[in-house]
Amino acid sequence: MRRVILAIVGTVAGLVALLSFKSHVPSVSPASAATTGGTSSSGTSGTSSSSTTTVPGEFPMGSLAGQLPAGETAVTGHVGNTVYGPVQIQLIMRDSKIVKVAVLQQPMNTLHDIQIGEFAFPKLIGETLTAQTAKIDSVSGATYTSGGYVASLQSALDQRG
Amino acid sequence: MGTVVSFDVPACAGDPAGEGTLGQAVRWLHWVDATFSPYRDDSDVSRFGAGSVPLDRCVPELAEVLKACAEVGALSQGYFTTTPGGRFDPSGYVKGWAIERAAALFTAAGSAEHSVNGGGDVQCVGDRGPGQLWRIGIAHPLRPGTLALVVTGHDFAVATSGVAERGPHIINPRTGQAATDLASVTVIGPGLTLTDAYATAAFAMGSAARDWVESLDGYEAFAITSRGSHWQTSGFLAYLA
Repeated sequence: MRRVILAIVGTVAGLVALLSFKSHVPSVSPASAATTGGTSSSGTSGTSSSSTTTVPGEFPMGSLAGQLPAGETAVTGHVGNTVYGPVQIQLIMRDSKIVKVAVLQQPMNTLHDIQIGEFAFPKLIGETLTAQTAKIDSVSGATYTSGGYVASLQSALDQRG
Repeated sequence: MGTVVSFDVPACAGDPAGEGTLGQAVRWLHWVDATFSPYRDDSDVSRFGAGSVPLDRCVPELAEVLKACAEVGALSQGYFTTTPGGRFDPSGYVKGWAIERAAALFTAAGSAEHSVNGGGDVQCVGDRGPGQLWRIGIAHPLRPGTLALVVTGHDFAVATSGVAERGPHIINPRTGQAATDLASVTVIGPGLTLTDAYATAAFAMGSAARDWVESLDGYEAFAITSRGSHWQTSGFLAYLA
């Protein structure tokens, strides 16, 4: 069964519905993936990181699009706007699976009011979940970062196919 | 407000009639925004809130929404309110209501399996596919870029409420201060209208929300506190992927 995500790009103030029509065919060409979000995958990052070592549960800052091995492509999510600033993420795909998630933009004043402290992942899962292992259809979230992040991740998922 | 809405409607693949229903859904959402947005001076909500027009001069849906909000307010001991921070704003109800109604348009058009996600609150109808459940990731409020967990289900709604959902803070109506116990709370229920309203109330309620949602038949909740710990209602585990 062909799976499609329908969404509409609108121009009205207030509510914007995002339209993208995607088929279940997994291949995503780098050119279309790079430009769908209105940004190029090589030039979007507001911060560049000299180190892209991935710590489990952490996500590298900065676009990975210029450093991808053969077989991997970058899909850049739209910029999600929050009251504290923009959030934008990038999915790295291989064989229609998400293998990495990079953060292109996130608000600089993150979590000042919230003590992170000793962070405890839900014990009931027992593993760090990332978008790559989760094979999710949609994302629910509402904090100031996840509002923008959700919009960006959702748009990348919508484009991914 | 810039809410992004995503529609996932497998039955409409390549179907011109599906485009028609999508257009209908989008027109509905635009109408809701024009009528209910507190950020638009000419909306019924703004004009009614300012006292410029009486309720019977507004669209009938506003009265229906107000009645429903009063019920949720009573059920939540006042933690759900149409006057957060002193300004008339029923968005805590309207957002979920608009998305659930948009999903219903596709049902009316003949789709038995679809989901609509408005700004991180999701209404799922039917299964995702034959024998397949919908998989909804819950964004982690304290670790941008990660998911806290994944829930699965069919014919259900998932709503998450947290900091800066509509502005910098959700206010605890009892104290008048920003709600700070929780980083986010996710409520699962059958229809997004009430699920979203209950999530909004639960976030304002803070640590007392677990017992409250536990008392609501057919609704479950999962929360991550400001300090990074978590709790869930007793039936929530059934939804875990």
